[in-house]
Amino acid sequence: MGVRIDYEYIEAHIPQGARVLDLGCGDGALLQRLIRDKGVEARGIEINEQAVRECIRRGVPVYHGDMLEGMSMFRDGSFDCVILSQTLQQALNPAQVAREMLRVGRRSIISYPNFGHWRIRLQLLFGGRAPITKTLPYRWHDTPNLRVLTVKDFRRFCRENGMRIVNSRYFTPAYKPAPAFAANLFAATAVSVLEAREAAPK
Amino acid sequence: MNDEQSFDIVETKHWQFAEPPNELPLRCGAKLGPITVAYETCGTLSPERDNAILICHALSGDAHVCGRYSPDDPEPGWWDIMVGPGKPIDTRKYFVICSNIIGACKGSTGPSSVNPKTGEPFGLDFPMVTVEDMVKVQHALVSRHLELDQLLCVIGGSFGGMQALRWAIDYPDIVRCVVPIATATRLSAQAIAFDEVGRQAIYADPNWNGGDYYSGNPPARGLAVARMIGHITYLSDQSMHEKFGRRLQDREDVGYDFGPPDFQVESYLRHQGGKFVGRFDANSYLYITKAMDYFDLASDLGGAVEAFRGVKSRFLVVSFTGDWLFPTYQSRELVRALQANGVRVSFCELESPYGHDIFLLENPGLEDVIRSFLANAQEATG
Repeated sequence: MGVRIDYEYIEAHIPQGARVLDLGCGDGALLQRLIRDKGVEARGIEINEQAVRECIRRGVPVYHGDMLEGMSMFRDGSFDCVILSQTLQQALNPAQVAREMLRVGRRSIISYPNFGHWRIRLQLLFGGRAPITKTLPYRWHDTPNLRVLTVKDFRRFCRENGMRIVNSRYFTPAYKPAPAFAANLFAATAVSVLEAREAAPK
Repeated sequence: MNDEQSFDIVETKHWQFAEPPNELPLRCGAKLGPITVAYETCGTLSPERDNAILICHALSGDAHVCGRYSPDDPEPGWWDIMVGPGKPIDTRKYFVICSNIIGACKGSTGPSSVNPKTGEPFGLDFPMVTVEDMVKVQHALVSRHLELDQLLCVIGGSFGGMQALRWAIDYPDIVRCVVPIATATRLSAQAIAFDEVGRQAIYADPNWNGGDYYSGNPPARGLAVARMIGHITYLSDQSMHEKFGRRLQDREDVGYDFGPPDFQVESYLRHQGGKFVGRFDANSYLYITKAMDYFDLASDLGGAVEAFRGVKSRFLVVSFTGDWLFPTYQSRELVRALQANGVRVSFCELESPYGHDIFLLENPGLEDVIRSFLANAQEATG
């Protein structure tokens, strides 16, 4: 993928020296940047061998494997922050991933593409085909994205899975800020910082 | 690159320690001494003495890890692909050490050495040595003889990887990083089974004579069969298919007899078995396979996770998809135990159609990760 606009937002929400886990960390560019700029104690999980080798080249500690299996190795609260960047929609079991993130980490940062953007709605309404956009450039049969979600869906998903949205930021397809009140129409990408809701009585 | 720089000229050196009455206490309760350690070094120790890498050899290896004994020596060391000038373990940057494990037969004290008490070869009177004991001897060499108080890295594949794990556990303040390749925290039942069949082949050879054969003919047939079994476990279905298929050996048709080999794979195994007999001692094969079978960090150290408590080294763990002798799940178990202890670990499972011995062969993926991991480790921990 091209520019990862959510990097700067993610970076801004990570304190100096934090313990950070990046799920689906790719070639390790984000973690390398966080190690350099924020002195974080970094770990990555990545499924692709070439990307894993690139992480090792960058000096980023990485686990080659599935993210749920990789997270299961960590004790509760091992991280200050767990990042899931543009991967939630590719997870086989997103609810389990989200829960595990808040088990091994105090906070999680999740970014995802918003399928509720007005262009996508119009494409489907008038074109009658599965939409293709800059953020979601795939056709229905070759997309790695198993799931389609909107900002509204994500908010409900958080409510239903015991997560509190601490902070969110939304971006238009041109990576300009989109207003929060109309995010579901104007955002192509969304990023949220999440915490576990107060431990509910059992 | 000119010829002078394309390989190193090395020599095997010997160091003796644990002279009586200061014999080395072994895990089995016995004591061993004096102990001779055969070792080789390659490259130059930095003025800060911080660029030393210890390489641990596998079952049938020796101290001759890289380079050649003379400019016209046709046979380089056993990991010359990986170690040497400009190679991933670059002897222009690192000071490489490799020693023969005790119990072996390549210059270090083992069952074929002379027992000072009797003046005869030990045979089965040689005490049972474990991985822990082997590492203790390597540590004595490194700290007392070479006078190093740190190692940049301890690296090893297979049985060498087991030694590397023991290093990280027993000497956490010395080892800055560890690279266990195609190994495990304990040997699987399947691997113990193959070891046992190899030993049975040796026991069944009448020349073995309870381990007392040094004045007569060695149990060559038994040892050759053991090696043939070993070689099967180092390959994979696909690598055998590619290397031999069902091709016949120097013949047009099968012989319908029990004479010379019909198939190339038979010929290969016979050749490997025969070659091994000339360079290896059957009793050493018994002792080393036993040490491998006994290796179990979880049971020795109070649990898989507990075993790595106090480990400070950085880790790079590598496995191969085609390795069924030390399958990837064993490396993942190792990583799990390390992660639980907060160890800084990277894990990579390299795609390979070949079997266990791929780590000894040309392999761009392994070369790539080792080269970059070492460079980063040196920069970060130097």
